[in-house]
Amino acid sequence: MLTKRIIACMDVRDGQVVKGVQFQQLRHAGDPAALARRYNVEGIDEVVVLDITATLESRQALARTIDAVAHEIFLPLTVGGGIRSEDDAAAAIDAGADKVSLNTAAMRQPDLITTLARRYGSQAVIVAIDAKRRDHGFAVYVRSGTTDAARDAVAWAREAEARGAGEILLTSMDRDGTKAGFDCAMTAAVSDAVDIPVIASGGAGSVDHFTDVFTRGHADAALAASIFHYAESSVSELKRHLRAKGIAVRL
Amino acid sequence: MIALVDYGAGNLTSVRKALTALGADFVVPSMPEQCRQARGVIVPGVGHFSATARLDAPWREAIDGAVASGTPLFGICVGMQWLFDGSDEAPEATGLGTIAGRIARLAGDADRRLKVPHVGWNSLDFRGQARLLRGLTSGAQVYFTHSYAAPVTTECVASTTHANTFSSVVERDNIFGVQFHPEKSGDAGLTILRNFLEVCG
Repeated sequence: MLTKRIIACMDVRDGQVVKGVQFQQLRHAGDPAALARRYNVEGIDEVVVLDITATLESRQALARTIDAVAHEIFLPLTVGGGIRSEDDAAAAIDAGADKVSLNTAAMRQPDLITTLARRYGSQAVIVAIDAKRRDHGFAVYVRSGTTDAARDAVAWAREAEARGAGEILLTSMDRDGTKAGFDCAMTAAVSDAVDIPVIASGGAGSVDHFTDVFTRGHADAALAASIFHYAESSVSELKRHLRAKGIAVRL
Repeated sequence: MIALVDYGAGNLTSVRKALTALGADFVVPSMPEQCRQARGVIVPGVGHFSATARLDAPWREAIDGAVASGTPLFGICVGMQWLFDGSDEAPEATGLGTIAGRIARLAGDADRRLKVPHVGWNSLDFRGQARLLRGLTSGAQVYFTHSYAAPVTTECVASTTHANTFSSVVERDNIFGVQFHPEKSGDAGLTILRNFLEVCG
């Protein structure tokens, strides 16, 4: 039986892991390779590295970070943050990424999804969607959550799938860093609308939040950052809890 | 020396890193003839079956020749699919035909709760003794990412179920294949790669 995946996300700036609350107030959380090693021992299923500065100078630092993490773990590794072109994606993949995550660039030039899916396969292309609740539906934001893209998350996820995306990484901006739980209604709305897997993100604060997003939220995978970085809950404890609740996980 | 065949299907970085971590001596051959001199041949691959069309007649002859002389051959993901006759994903491209059968799309289930592509960790249900699976037990979990899969044939030594039951590990004499990504499957995956390297001697 296919298991539900637990994914650790590392927001990286200048080669160090940082974490903010609702896309702001950053604090340091350590060395990416060391964190990846710990997660691997604890049984994490995948790792995502997000370059949150994504300036030209940070590109080379990012390649070193990817290489260092890929030497520590033999697990799927996704890289995102500031991937704007085929060349950016190629650089991340050449450094050891298995998948790239596109956000603003996918919205601005949707052809990039198709170009990368043709070159590397759909399994290598994740479209990341940052969205907030609205009276009707879920509004997509781009440019690190600063710009209203005037698109609904469900419609955009469908389009991304049609253009060749292999997975959707859906982040609730309302819940990001709040530890108030995943937005299960939004996750279910998107997951039910597409055939490709949906990774839920934003709001993980307790083990029960993961149970909720895998049951009520219809998520295929759940991503969290700070809950793991600061060892508030170990990955192995979380997975034992999920199994006890009848959710299939890799232990 | 192991020959790691690069035919442009996705990226080899992950397989290279895993082989390096295991201390394997490998080359990425630029000429098909190098496969004949290798102690083992690995055909990796992510992405679309159509990429295997680049394994043209000289490559097929070299790989066939190596297999005929007893050299172990290991197909990973699309590389395993290529061991079969062909795939519905790219009907114009023919497989090596070493294993009889055709690759078909995973059906999914009626109420769309099982998604295709099949992405994530799923279990290997052992069906017999296999050199590739030494040190593992039935139920071991490995990382899959694919939409097409191989039928269960006599070569199937482990199967996996995602709506359909398909061959996740095949083995016959010196022919080996896995549908999942051992280079991305943590310790279980490294064990399988190490087992193949041991078969190569």
